[in-house]
Amino acid sequence: MKNDKNFFKNLFSNKYRSRTLSFLIVIVGYILIEIMMATGSLSSMLKSLLVPVTCYIVAALGLNLNVGVSGELNLGQAGFMCLGAFMGVCVSGALAPVIANGIVRLVLAIIVGAVVAALFGILIGIPVLKLQGDYLAIVTLAFGEIIKSLVNNMYIGFDANGFQFSFVENKLHLAPGGKALISGPMGATGTQLVSTFTVGVILILVSLIIIYNLLYSKSGRAIMACRDNRIAAESVGVHVANTKMLAFVISAALAGAAGALYGLNYSTLVPSKFGFNLSILILVYVVLGGLGNMTGTIISTIVLVLLPELLRGLADYRMIIYSIILILTMILTNNEKVRSYVGGLREKLKARISRKEAEAHE
Amino acid sequence: MAFLSYLINGLSLGSVYAIIALGYTMVYGIAKMLNFAHGDIMMVGAYVAFFALNSFGLPVIPSVLLSMLVTTCLGVVIERLAYKPLRQATSLSVLITAIGVSYFLQNGAQLLWSSSTKVFPSIISSGAIKLFGGQLQISYLTLVTIAVCIAVMVCLTLFINKTKTGMAMRACSEDKGAATLMGINVNRIISITFAIGSGIAAVAAVLLCATYPTLSPTLGSMPGIKAFTAAVFGGIGSIPGAFLGGLMLGVIEILSKAYISTQLSDAIVFTVLIVVLLIKPTGLLGRKLNEKV
Repeated sequence: MKNDKNFFKNLFSNKYRSRTLSFLIVIVGYILIEIMMATGSLSSMLKSLLVPVTCYIVAALGLNLNVGVSGELNLGQAGFMCLGAFMGVCVSGALAPVIANGIVRLVLAIIVGAVVAALFGILIGIPVLKLQGDYLAIVTLAFGEIIKSLVNNMYIGFDANGFQFSFVENKLHLAPGGKALISGPMGATGTQLVSTFTVGVILILVSLIIIYNLLYSKSGRAIMACRDNRIAAESVGVHVANTKMLAFVISAALAGAAGALYGLNYSTLVPSKFGFNLSILILVYVVLGGLGNMTGTIISTIVLVLLPELLRGLADYRMIIYSIILILTMILTNNEKVRSYVGGLREKLKARISRKEAEAHE
Repeated sequence: MAFLSYLINGLSLGSVYAIIALGYTMVYGIAKMLNFAHGDIMMVGAYVAFFALNSFGLPVIPSVLLSMLVTTCLGVVIERLAYKPLRQATSLSVLITAIGVSYFLQNGAQLLWSSSTKVFPSIISSGAIKLFGGQLQISYLTLVTIAVCIAVMVCLTLFINKTKTGMAMRACSEDKGAATLMGINVNRIISITFAIGSGIAAVAAVLLCATYPTLSPTLGSMPGIKAFTAAVFGGIGSIPGAFLGGLMLGVIEILSKAYISTQLSDAIVFTVLIVVLLIKPTGLLGRKLNEKV
């Protein structure tokens, strides 16, 4: 009995509080939405946002590992999502005749998407992580644009003889019954929709488990040490290149998984969707949620995806208001006066709680 | 001959990139921030020039001057309202604010001027100079673009190197604290930097629209990214670097479009950027910073 009590106490200890909170938010949110779906109080607009929100959350969690925990500004997250999405579409399309069950195909697609994105993450990480600061940011941006542009010129088809592949020009000669999976700038068309909200939520939980296990491990501490002081970390024997690579590759893999889920949620998908703007959008979720704060990322992603929808009543003005909210949030959260005020409130709250606890003990 | 004509076209496109990149690089050199809204300030300049030419029927030079005036004011106002409160904040917060400003300008333009594209009037007669017995044709537009770029570059270099304000700007980019101790008003210098960078963005806007005459609220984003790339290519913070980076980017883009593949030109441009940064991690003319413990 005492052990149980310790377990719960541990869950809300300073060290693990954020982890517990992240899982709680996801699970409670899932249950709430399932209830709303069952009672039919969810508009079709919001329903169509459920899967994309889970994709954005997973990609943003990955990016937070890279930008917040590892401290490297990555502007190419959409590139990895692009890889994951189109790999996922290919896998699901090719397996459609063999495996009828959509969920199995989706899971396979997510795994393949994550693995391919991770492989590209290693390839790209080798040159990228040699650079620092803004130069690193621009190279990730460049890689993101290159991936988008390559996928934009790729033609992949599948027929009885297996995969067919051509580049720049459409030279596919598919046997009867074959299917063009990706057709250049037109992207993927006629994709079977197999993504579900439940799988999305499970994917978020899996990513949280991966990230928190990493953060509380030796490697996680090494990643943060490299961020805080590269030279000091090196001098105590941390292999900086490998450590940074670990964060970069996991971030890429999560983006790939999110991409696969995203790609299988739309019947048509064009590569130009995964441009610089999507990378920036995900970066906004991460920075607004707080660097290194996974719970914050989840909340800010949900709020920022819903915000334009909630402002829909304002019609044309909604994106303007969205941008003003973005600017004001950044200015206010960095304002000394606002900070000290919020800090003061927190101190008061803490003092009150500890006083109550003391009274309870007496 | 074909190669020469591609080269000159590349230089012309590169000139536009170079002028936009100058704005990026000056702001970075002094305020140490990536002003992602720069491309959108340029877009506003393009619309102002369009309305000055079309609706008010002004001649070309006054239209460009009016457009420069508007973007200069816009740049200073944006700096005061959005960036100044964040002087002490982390660079990422400033970056997100710049993105917010970029969204604001794009959506504001969409609201004011609708998202449908407009056609920019031709401002320079469409003739061409014929060289080598008509084998090589260089349009007046190309010549004007290159000439304007060189003029902007010369003026800016003289301003930075010869005037007192220019000296103050160099001092600020070197060490803000020391500059303050020398009696330089750093905030004023940052405002001036934004004013100049935004003002020349309007010049770039008119030149860009003269070559590619379609106007839309998202007009600034792709040239903005390209110019940012050019600035990093040349070594961000360095003015000759931005000039060189812009010109090289334009030439590489046009040559790869002509000889390799139109669709892959963007991929090639970015690959060259990556290769350059791997060989010279701070860009072509960037200064190497020594890391201290």
